[in-house]
This record gives sequence, C-alpha cells and structure tokens, in this order.
Amino acid sequence: MEFKTIVGLEIHSELKTKSKIFCSCTTEFGGDVNTQCCPVCMGFPGSLPVVNKKVLDYAIKAGLAFECDIASHSKMDRKNYFYPDLVKAYQISQYDLPLCSNGKITIEKSDGTTKDIGLIRIHIEEDTGKSLHGLKEVSLLDYNRSGVGLIEIVTHPDIETPEEAVLFLDELKATLEYLEVSDVKMEQGSLRCDVNINVVAKDGSIKSRISEIKNLNSFKAVQKSIDYEAHRHTELLKAGKNSEKDTRRWDSDKNKTVFMRSKQHVEDYRYFPEPDIVDFEISDEWIQEIREKLPELPKAKKERFVKEFDIPAYDAQVLVNDKKLAHYFEALCADFNDPKLISNWIMTEMLRRMNLEEVTLDELKFEEKDLVILFKQIAENKISNNAGKKVFRKMFETGEKPLALIESMGLKQISDDDFIEELVTEVLEENPDAIEDIKNGKDRAIGYLVGQVMKKSKGKANPQMVSQMIKDHCL
Amino acid sequence: MALSVKDVEHVSKLSRLSFGEDEKKEFVEKLNSVVDYIEKLEEVDVEGVKPTYHALDIKNVFREDEVKPSFKRKDILNNAPDSEGGCFRVPKVVK
Amino acid sequence: MEIYDLTIHEVRDLLKKKKITSVALVEKVFERIEAVEEDVASFLALYKEEALEKAEVMDAKYAAGEPLGDLAGIPIAVKDNMCTIDKNTTCASKMLENFVPPYDATVIKKLEDEGAIIIGKTNMDEFAMGSSTENSAFQVSRNPWNLDYVPGGSSGGSAAAVTAGEVFGALGSDTGGSIRQPAALCGIVGIKPTYGLVSRYGLVAFASSLDQIGPLSKDVEDAAIMLNAIAGHDERDSTSVPKKKINYKKALVNDVKGMKIGVPKEYFGEGVTPKVKELIYKALDRLVELGAEYEEISLPYTEYSLPTYYIIAPAECSSNLARFDGIRYGHRAETFEGIDDLYTKSRNQGFGEEVKRRIMIGTHSLASGYYDAYYNRAMKVRTLIRDDFDKAFEKFDCIITPTAPDKAFKIGEKTDDPLAMYMSDICTVPINIAGVPAISIPAGFVDGMPIGMQIIGQHFDEETIIKVAYTFEQNTDFNKRATL
Repeated sequence: MEFKTIVGLEIHSELKTKSKIFCSCTTEFGGDVNTQCCPVCMGFPGSLPVVNKKVLDYAIKAGLAFECDIASHSKMDRKNYFYPDLVKAYQISQYDLPLCSNGKITIEKSDGTTKDIGLIRIHIEEDTGKSLHGLKEVSLLDYNRSGVGLIEIVTHPDIETPEEAVLFLDELKATLEYLEVSDVKMEQGSLRCDVNINVVAKDGSIKSRISEIKNLNSFKAVQKSIDYEAHRHTELLKAGKNSEKDTRRWDSDKNKTVFMRSKQHVEDYRYFPEPDIVDFEISDEWIQEIREKLPELPKAKKERFVKEFDIPAYDAQVLVNDKKLAHYFEALCADFNDPKLISNWIMTEMLRRMNLEEVTLDELKFEEKDLVILFKQIAENKISNNAGKKVFRKMFETGEKPLALIESMGLKQISDDDFIEELVTEVLEENPDAIEDIKNGKDRAIGYLVGQVMKKSKGKANPQMVSQMIKDHCL
Repeated sequence: MALSVKDVEHVSKLSRLSFGEDEKKEFVEKLNSVVDYIEKLEEVDVEGVKPTYHALDIKNVFREDEVKPSFKRKDILNNAPDSEGGCFRVPKVVK
Repeated sequence: MEIYDLTIHEVRDLLKKKKITSVALVEKVFERIEAVEEDVASFLALYKEEALEKAEVMDAKYAAGEPLGDLAGIPIAVKDNMCTIDKNTTCASKMLENFVPPYDATVIKKLEDEGAIIIGKTNMDEFAMGSSTENSAFQVSRNPWNLDYVPGGSSGGSAAAVTAGEVFGALGSDTGGSIRQPAALCGIVGIKPTYGLVSRYGLVAFASSLDQIGPLSKDVEDAAIMLNAIAGHDERDSTSVPKKKINYKKALVNDVKGMKIGVPKEYFGEGVTPKVKELIYKALDRLVELGAEYEEISLPYTEYSLPTYYIIAPAECSSNLARFDGIRYGHRAETFEGIDDLYTKSRNQGFGEEVKRRIMIGTHSLASGYYDAYYNRAMKVRTLIRDDFDKAFEKFDCIITPTAPDKAFKIGEKTDDPLAMYMSDICTVPINIAGVPAISIPAGFVDGMPIGMQIIGQHFDEETIIKVAYTFEQNTDFNKRATL
C-alpha cells in the first residue's frame, strides 16, 4: 500500500516593532530578566491594553506580500487558559476575524516545477513570557517577552514532503526579512514553527490521526521531523494500528519525536471578543498606502536576477533567500560587470567558506571593493583562477588586501608571450608522445601538457594562454 | 438546564477552583438557581439582531510605535510570592 | 452644623475665605472617623500622617494666593479597587490582601492634580461583586442611618463614609448599580457616568464593558465638582472616549421648564415596593410643579436586563479574575503539589463564595457549546435593551425611575439567597448594559430610611441629568444628614 504525507505548518513570527503590541516597553532581545516590563505586559490588576498601530501595519504588509485578503473589519479576542508564562491567564489574539486570510506562497522545487502552498490565515496576537528551567523542580519566569507582537501564519495542509516544507520556510523567512517586519531568527525564537502531520493511503482507504510537533529549532529539524513522523505513521498503519491525536516534542539529540500530551480532549479556550480593545476598520486607503511601499520581494527579485543578470534560477534562488546576500551580490554587480562570475564565486567560494567557518555577511573581514579588485585581477589575467581562490582564502581568514596578498604570495600570473613560449617549447620537447595524442584528438593530453608548463612556471603561467599555445603548436 | 455535579466539576477545572464534598452540594444548588434564572433569555427573539460587544461606537484606537521606559525590576517583583535571580519562581510545569 | 456635615463646595468656600485650613479639615475628619468608624466600618485603610502632610502643602498654596481648584485641600476617600501607588489595594479580598501596586489609577492622579487629599481606601463587596458590602472578606460596613442595615454595595464603604461625615466625597465604581444603589440606600448623591467618560486605567476590572468610576457626594453640586475632576480621555484606556472636556458645574441650573421625562412602567412593577413607587411619583409631581412634564413609556426589554447582566458580568469577570493565579502577586497557597494545585488552592483560599459563584457562572456561559446560548445571546439582548433607551431618548430628555426597589435591608437578610440579592439591582443594571449615564438623588424616606430617585440620560448627556437632579434638590428637602 502506498501512502501520501499531509503536512500543515503553524508559524509564529515576532514582529520587530520597537515597542510591544499593547504597551510601550521595548521588544529588544536579550535584556536582563524582567527589566522590560510594565503593569500592562505584566497584566497587573487595573492595567489596560492599547494597540500599537505598527503591529497592524506589519501584519497587513505580510498579508499583502503573501497575496492574502485583508479584512476590512477586524477585532481582537481573548483566548483563555492557565499557564505561568501567560500573565493575564488569557492571550489577546484573534479568533474569527483575522486580519488576513486566503493567501499563498509559491515554491520552486529542484526539478523546476512550482507549487502553491495555501495560507488559511495570518492574525496578530501577543507573545507570552519565557520559562527558564531552573534546578530541581522549579521553573523561573522572565516576562521580557510577554506582550511582544506576533503574527501567526497557518497554512493549508498542502505540504507533502520535507523538502517542500523547507522550501516554504525559506521563502517565508526571506519574504519577512525583505519586508523588515521580523528578524526571523529561529535561534532567538523570533521565528517558531509547529508541524501538523498525518499520512493517508493513496487509495483513500485509511488515514492516520494528526500529530502536532513542537520544539523545532531549525529548518533542518522541521525537515527531519516530517520525515520521521511520516515514517512512524506509515509503519503504524501498515501494522494495522494507528497514531494517536497528540502533541509531540522533537528531540534533536535522538532525532525522534517524543509524546508530550494527548490532544483527545480539545482545550476549551472560551474565546470572546476583547472588551478592552475597540474594533478595527481597515480602509482601502490604509491598505493601498502599505501596498505602495512594499519592497521588491524575493520572488520578483529572483525573476529579475535571472532576466537581468542571466544567472541560473538555482543560483538566483540561493541569493535571494538571504536579503543581505542578494544586496551584496547586486552591489558587486554594479562595480564589476560579470554577474555570472560573481554569482558563481559567491555560490562556490564564499558561501562554502562562510558556512564552514560559521561567519555571516556582516562578519566578513574583507570589504566589497577588495573583492572587486580581486575579480578584476582575474579578469585581466593578472592571476589565474586558482591563484585567485588562494588569495580569496587568505582574504577571508585575515582581511588582508588582495594586491598585497598577490605580491606576498608570489601569485602574479605571467602572460608574457615569450616566457610562455619558452616553457611550452621545453615541455613539447620533453613529451613527444603527447603531441601525437593531441593530433589524434586526445584532448586529455592537452591538459597534461598544460599541467607540465604550470609546474615549470610554479603555477604562474596564464593557463589559458598555455593551452592555446599548445594547441597552436600541435594542431 | 441545571448543571450536574459533573458539569460543575468540568467548569471548576476550567476556572481552577475546587469545592469540598460538603460544600459542593449547597454550592451547586445556589449555582443552579442562578443558571435557571439566566435561561430566561431563551424567551427573547434575537433573530437578525447584531450583538453589542462594545458600549461605544469608536473604532481604531491606536498608539504610535514609541518606546517608553519600563518599570524597574524591583517594582515588577515587589508582590511576587516567590522569586529567584530576578525571576518569578514556580513549581516546574510539565507541558 | 458640624464641619464634617458640610459639602465640598461649602468647605471650599471656607478654605478660599481662609476661615479654615486644610490641616484643620483633615483633623476634623479624623476626629469624626475616630468617633464613628467602629460603628460604620467604612475604611480598610487610612493615611492620617500623609494626609496631614499634604494638607500642609495645600495650606501653603492657599496662603500664597495660588489659583486652586474646587477640591484643593479637601479630604476624599477612594474605593479599594482603584490602584494607589505603594499602598495596599485589596478589593476587599484575601486574594489581594497584601497587594501593593507600583502605580496609580488615572483617576487618583487626576484627583491629586486637583489638590484633593485622599485620606484612605474604603470597604466594598469583594471584587465589586455584591449589593450590600457584606461580601467583603474583611469587615461589614453599616448604614449610618441605622447600623443594623446595609449601606448597599458594592461601593458601600464609600457611601457610608460620605454619609457619616468621615469624608466630604468619595469615589466608587459601578458595574450594575454599585454607586447608585448605595447612594440611594444612604441618602446621598451618586453618579454612574456614561461608559467611556471616565478612565478605567487602574480600576481593578470586574466586567470590562460595564465598569465605570463615579462620585458619591452629599449633594449634586459636589458630584458635579468631582465629575469635573475625573472625567476626560485617557490614552491608557482604549475605551475612554476622546471628547471635549465639559464643565459639569455649568449644568447646575435650577430650571426644568419644558423638560420631557419618560417614566418606564417596567420599573414600577412587582419587584419595587409600593411605598417606594409612591415616593417616586410624588417626586415626579414635584418636577411637574416646577415646569417639567412626564409620560409613562415602555422599555419592553427591561425584564431581560438582569439575566443579561448576570451572563455578561460573570463572563467578563471569570476572564478578568483568571490572572489571580498566585504566580506574580496576590495570595499563594503555602503547600501544593504541582502547578495546577498551586492555582486551585490559591484561588480557593483567596476568593470568597460570591466571587467563586460568578466565576463559575461566567466560565459556564463562555464554555464551548454554551457560548451561543448564553454569552452571544446576552450580547444580542444587550442591543435590544440599548435600542429601548435610544428610542426613548428620541422623544424624552431623561428617564426617571426608582434607584432601588426598597429601602436598605438588614445585615444578613439576603446573604443566603444570591438571587434575592441580585434583585436589588433590577433598576440599575439596564443602565450599565446600555452604557448611558445615571444619577441617584435622595427622594424621601420610608420607615426612616432613605430612598433614591434615578435620573437617566442619553449617552454623554450628564448635563441634563445633573440639571434635573439639581433642580429637584434645590426645591425639596430630602438632603438630610444621618444622625450618628
């Protein structure tokens, strides 16, 4: 029997407004515990919420970017439940009139096909405090985060594979970054993702009960957990059993999901309209004002990169997935007219090294203009491509300037005709069989001879010239 | 519709209240007298009537995204029944 | 007449004429408190030292000839559900017995900006739930007219304090009648302003869409003075209305010629005692003598007001009181096993019976499966009740009814029967549901106990009801002092 995996995602993104959603406390990350609080975000008796308009602006911005319908009439509701990190024992959220509904995010898969992942809704709400686990049997509560504005994004169960989930999250994250509405840093908790998953027999005969997975700290974890759960559900069904409707925690050490609690009895949140906050009327003018200020979004930027710079779609996707990287790329293109080379260089040399050393764009030791200088040296045949890579490695490590490095590392390429002529002649004399091979069409022999010349020149000869010269001599 | 003892137990759980066995019976009686009374509203024809959630007709009350100083931690923790290292302290929650 | 029997405007005049000092005023009220507080038990907290210090500051200002407001240097009390910075704010509950808020309610700031001297916090029904002040976890306040009787509730402490001459004016809060009913039972004046006129920031919430803060005073002019001080938009309260500030003293006009009064028959039904009805009709006749006209009208959804109220208020309160979980402030049980036990034990120990009852009713009304039948339905009936008033005000300038169905009842008389207690609110609750303003003024006596008349106005038309009340007061003699 064959099975299909069905996944829906629930994402919470902390909005990077300066102040919280209902009070003027700062939203800055990492403050000393309980120093960013006031009676409102602590829910002290007598306190009242006042809505931060920017939170709506940002939510509408996100809604427009994801092609949602923006509600013309909306409101806040109370979601009632007891938990130590929830200061009023109710969360001010949105229930039946969310700000945005019916959107979509289009992903481009590795095989070039596209797929739309539908969004059910985007709504605004307040974040809770944080529970720090102390020693023994206690929890310590820090309410700095209590009251930070959030958007909650709920997808249709349109995702079918771990890869699709990650592509979706990449596009979501990049878009939110471009919109500058969130820092979207999963490590800092400004982006959180829960997975809802089950499997269905392709002939529709049986299906498993939905599991909710929480505590996913990276896109990789999302990917792995979907894989794991799909497998777990499938095996259960195959064995004639079924999964339970439950909430599970992803254990990143053991690479498996662990049962947390049953979802048999749905929690009764007793939603009702928030009496302390009056309703919202979102005018067409308000929406239009935001729409006009939307920046170029990742999808559009990608299409433009492919068209304008003639780089492969895959490269363009990697570049636009990171707003800063895309900007970096474009800045380089403005100073050096070979986008293909730049893109290639970023993809192969730079990103690889950055991932290995865990260095971000902001932390690069060399400046943009130095990279341009290096590119120019290569383009002008002053150094070989290989030499360029060596120089780059050094620039990356130490931040030293390219020209100085070329000198100190003795990598200046020699493109002097006579010099090369001499070496080529020498090598040809030493390798008469190779000449024969070349005449017989064995191109590999060319490479071999080029290698020999390079050796004699200690890597300094311009390899393109060498190759050309050898060909000229032999053919 | 009167609440059974089971209903009362469910509602108690939702509100994090509890009642001793001897208390329960009397409490349930008094509670049900009120529940019976409020069910009078079933008589009213509310077809086509819009609910009034707010006494006022105002909309869109907002504030600007401005940061103002927070309260000092000692004021936030001043009424804490138990605290440690600047945090409120509670028994560990297993969720 | 003793100094403590005078009104705010009378002592203000004395202060301005330098016939008395603020310090002397404070001393006089504390003398009075010493004499009667054991009997009346209005106060949960008193701030004598601080009051004297503030009085000295005000005296210096008076001496220097500074321009000062109507409340400058005058002792006022505040119900203990309004946060006062660094001072206990208990809501008369064990849950908040030791709660010290780090901030002031907006109305407190406003009173202090006017130079008023807050001398203490008054007793109330726990979390403002009740109609007799018997639900206080700490003490029972008594009616100064007869100490065996209740002063009304939930602002009973404030009402008793003003009536007994312990303060010149007090703030109360009104969700279903909690200012007006005690005012009526104690023979003083009480105003519940239009919803949204006075900021709720710092008022410990009971029912968010119904709560309002208002004055309790010895006469209508005092009430207008206090309303002037506390009314006004507050950016901290999203439900406070941005309206141009009005001087309510301008409404103190002795003239009701041509005033059209609606008298809803539903407020003169079985639940109201005949003697009270008689008094109100006599009062209406007096107003007719003064040039007004009245007509019997019908507000057909009145009979559904009390059930509507007893769904909306408990529902909102069940949510508002959920924050009292023993984690960040308030009572925490000493022993418990795990977090849920901590919650349950702390709340059980901290809340009294009536509070628990209302939380239970409220939770039930909002619960899945019941929301449509209870809460949402109540919200629709609310529209109908409000429409009743809107329609009436198309034709009439104000509406007059009894404030309470009967005179004060004996302490302990209704404590075993919650429904009987709820019936005390039948005339006041519809006003909160509609959000309109109302004033209660003394309109006579039954068996020696005061009876109040309620004058109801259109939204934000406090001026009309103040005018009618003032005119009635100036042309009758029901504004008496209790002999205590």
